[in-house]
Amino acid sequence: MRYAMAIDTKKCVGCSDCVVACQTENLVPHGYARDWIVEVTDGTYPQLELEYRSERCNHCDNAPCVRCCPTGASFISEGGIVKVEHDKCIGCGACITACPYDARFVHPEGYVDKCTFCDHRLEQGQDPACVAVCPTKCLYFGDMDDPNSEVSLVVKKRKFKTLIPEAGTEPQLYFLI
Amino acid sequence: MVKSRRDFIKISALGTTGVAVGGKLLFANNNKQTKVVPKGPFKLPSDFSRTPTYCEVCFWKCAGWIYKNDKGEVQKIIGNDDDPNSNGRFCPRGTGGVGMYYDEDRLKTPLIRVTDKYGNQTFEKASWEEALGLISKRLQKVIDVHGSECIALFTHGSGGKYFGNLVKSLGSHNIAAPSYAQCRGPREVGFIATFGDGLSSPEPTDIRDTRCLVLIGSHIGENMHNGQVQEMSEAIDKGATIITVDPRFSTAASKSKFWLPIKPATDMALLLAWMNVIIEEDLYDRKYVEKYTYGFGQLKAHVKSMTPEWAYGITTIKPDVIRATAREMAHASPAVIVHPGRHVTWYGDDTQRLRAVAMLNALLGSWGRRGGFYIPDKAKVPGVPHPPYAKPTRTWRDAMKGKYELADLALANGVCDATIPDASLGCSIKAWIVNGTNLVTTLPETEKTIAAIKSLEFIAVIDTMPMEITGYADVVLPECTYIERYDSLRVTQHREPTITLRMPAVEPKYDSKPAWWMAKQLANKMGKGDYFPFDSIEEELDWQLKEVGSSLEEMQRIGVKNLKRPYDDLYFKDDEDIEFNTNTGKIELYSTSLEEYGFDPMPKYTAHPEPPEGYYRLIYGRAPMHTFSRTANNPNLTDLMHENVVWVNPKVAKEWGFVNNQEIYLQNQDGAIATFPIKIRVTERIRWDSVYMVHGFGHANRKLSRAYGKGASDSELITKVMMDPIMGGTGMRGNFVTFLTSKPVKEEAKS
Ligand code: SF4
Ligand code: SF4
Ligand code: SF4
Repeated sequence: MRYAMAIDTKKCVGCSDCVVACQTENLVPHGYARDWIVEVTDGTYPQLELEYRSERCNHCDNAPCVRCCPTGASFISEGGIVKVEHDKCIGCGACITACPYDARFVHPEGYVDKCTFCDHRLEQGQDPACVAVCPTKCLYFGDMDDPNSEVSLVVKKRKFKTLIPEAGTEPQLYFLI
Repeated sequence: MVKSRRDFIKISALGTTGVAVGGKLLFANNNKQTKVVPKGPFKLPSDFSRTPTYCEVCFWKCAGWIYKNDKGEVQKIIGNDDDPNSNGRFCPRGTGGVGMYYDEDRLKTPLIRVTDKYGNQTFEKASWEEALGLISKRLQKVIDVHGSECIALFTHGSGGKYFGNLVKSLGSHNIAAPSYAQCRGPREVGFIATFGDGLSSPEPTDIRDTRCLVLIGSHIGENMHNGQVQEMSEAIDKGATIITVDPRFSTAASKSKFWLPIKPATDMALLLAWMNVIIEEDLYDRKYVEKYTYGFGQLKAHVKSMTPEWAYGITTIKPDVIRATAREMAHASPAVIVHPGRHVTWYGDDTQRLRAVAMLNALLGSWGRRGGFYIPDKAKVPGVPHPPYAKPTRTWRDAMKGKYELADLALANGVCDATIPDASLGCSIKAWIVNGTNLVTTLPETEKTIAAIKSLEFIAVIDTMPMEITGYADVVLPECTYIERYDSLRVTQHREPTITLRMPAVEPKYDSKPAWWMAKQLANKMGKGDYFPFDSIEEELDWQLKEVGSSLEEMQRIGVKNLKRPYDDLYFKDDEDIEFNTNTGKIELYSTSLEEYGFDPMPKYTAHPEPPEGYYRLIYGRAPMHTFSRTANNPNLTDLMHENVVWVNPKVAKEWGFVNNQEIYLQNQDGAIATFPIKIRVTERIRWDSVYMVHGFGHANRKLSRAYGKGASDSELITKVMMDPIMGGTGMRGNFVTFLTSKPVKEEAKS
């Protein structure tokens, strides 16, 4: 089992529904977010290109945040999901510095918080909240070890890129381009 | 006659669609008060962990479920899978709708304006009994002294139906929504003039099956009208061509095969040139045009000289691009949509521009065809029985002195005009009820609106939030949010006829109440209780639902019910004989009704004013996470976007020495300056002759703690209105702004 997400930048409209759905699903306090939108414009008028990316933790195979955690609060859970055990977290912020994607933040309650791939929903057989809400259906989620999963198929079929591959983190978010 | 609106399309033998409930459909018009009283007990909100609703954050009215946590508190809203408007997925505004309920700045109690002995006016908290008593007394006084026609209602939202019933029961038909003359009115009239029918909401655009989608100043993806966004994405997946015409590189433009960065205010020339190419190159749907349309010969002659070369000089779009895009549309025909857009009140010739859009669709044979425009269906739900309404002797139309007769709905600005005393008219409107619309920012020409308000004898405002308009009220009533109330059933058109229930998830917070209850109390106090024959809204809904074979109990469980289309008539059949609701019974390329009223039967290009030196055309629009001022204070949505910025092309920024995030003030051609500063966003995504900002920011009421002073209000800069002579739409894109690096100090008024 290797959970991964593919994000179709050709369809994403940058609406932020994925952000607000994550906030209401996971009770993320106002002013914080586990996922976010990046807008990139290229070129000069009228030769322009625009890309929207819905970003979150890359649930890296080689996760620097897990390696640097002094208490073991950051760990890799089933299916490769990178998680933080709140009780063990002392809020030192080492992982925040280590993450090249800026995916973590200190929750006002003192622990480090981040995207969980909504594992509480996966247990119920549901898609993550952001995937389930996206009006453009541009987010694909599933098991990369299963060659017939939607996410495997779409990554096989389409051109894609990952973010900051040079960091060697082996990220599991695939941006379809 | 264009004005008479009959069924969507008169197809012989398929005339009435909807549910057959025998003679009961007539019941609504029967004055005998045979009350069918289904008594409860009905379940309470607390009996459910999830309750059905339809979203109130925009008019798309997506159906969904409100989920509560284990403490019984509202947690999240998720789309209902059976709903054709949302397909189980809400847009960001709908998902963030919980913020409307949790907003601590909400109106909490009824308020009454009082004047102390020094002449200072303040609001004092009042009981519902006091507030409603005062409203009924003051309305009665207006009726006694001036007549019931001197009462007007402005409404936007679901409560409007109940206040509308109240106002009509009192004998007035002055009921207006700013969504008409300030927004989509011209396209309704333009399409009615062509096809005999308008578009309504949700628009019957068959985007999911289209092969070519043409957007002209319509920015799907930034306007999150849910079903359209979803279907556009589906169309992208299926490889449809998108053509976007916009001076701004919109989100939709970035998804398009062709982006036509048109010079603003010249769209009409492009539309005419497209028709020229399609006719001259024989690309139109000949069979369709011959069978269904009237006036093709006249149109052909009319557009003969309007070549792409002619349009190039006006629009700056190259002739080969105009030809290539016209061919692309024709190639996809009839699965092509030249999208009518929504907010189309731009330059005053908007009805004619939307006529051109409709005519182009007619040439391409897309109306009534798969991948073009489908024929919507709508459930027939009987209205609540009530005595007949008294026929008013005057309406706001009298103040228009014969103008705008083709408006098929009331003009909010017309009602506003009819309020300003005019000796030649006798009586003006003396009392307003305003429900769920912040008139001071939704109507252009703020000063005129305020002048109208000042001449009123009484104004009551019903809202959930302390919007600016509440500051002008004599009485303010706090409405509970859609999360806390029942409302009338949603009966909107779509591919399939559905009905949808909204019920409260929780009891109303604070001392707020639902519109139904307020309107009924007022009716009782004013001797019009017969118009609200049911004791509770649960009874009313249960009665209505039983009339169509459902019940409140069933709808509480399922939320959305599909009543099934009775006939297979989503599209025209091949070679079907169709009678359109126009004078000629045909799709009118040459409009006999416009001609009858003295207007151009076919659209012409008129040049519109251009920005003077140092000024830029003010273009405004929407962001996906907001519905104008309705969401400006929503804690979930301000988290995503808390202010607007003004988009400026890098060339312009360089000329002015501006950098990103620099605060400036905007001043328009008439010297109007926006109250609050706005930050600059330097971006290639906007033409050098225009600036762009999102509408709905720059709120001046401190009681809106998150929205106050955040960004600038474009409404304050829209002082020039280009009236549409056909239907009274208020064209708002003829305003130009320049930048001030500091705010000029206003001269103190000498006292
Ligand atoms: S909800 Fe979907 S379309 Fe909207 S920003 Fe997120 S990923 Fe993009
Ligand atoms: S997977 Fe869940 S936690 Fe992660 S961004 Fe999406 S909604 Fe948030
Ligand atoms: S489109 Fe969005 S805001 Fe409008 S009704 Fe649907 S969910 Fe609500």
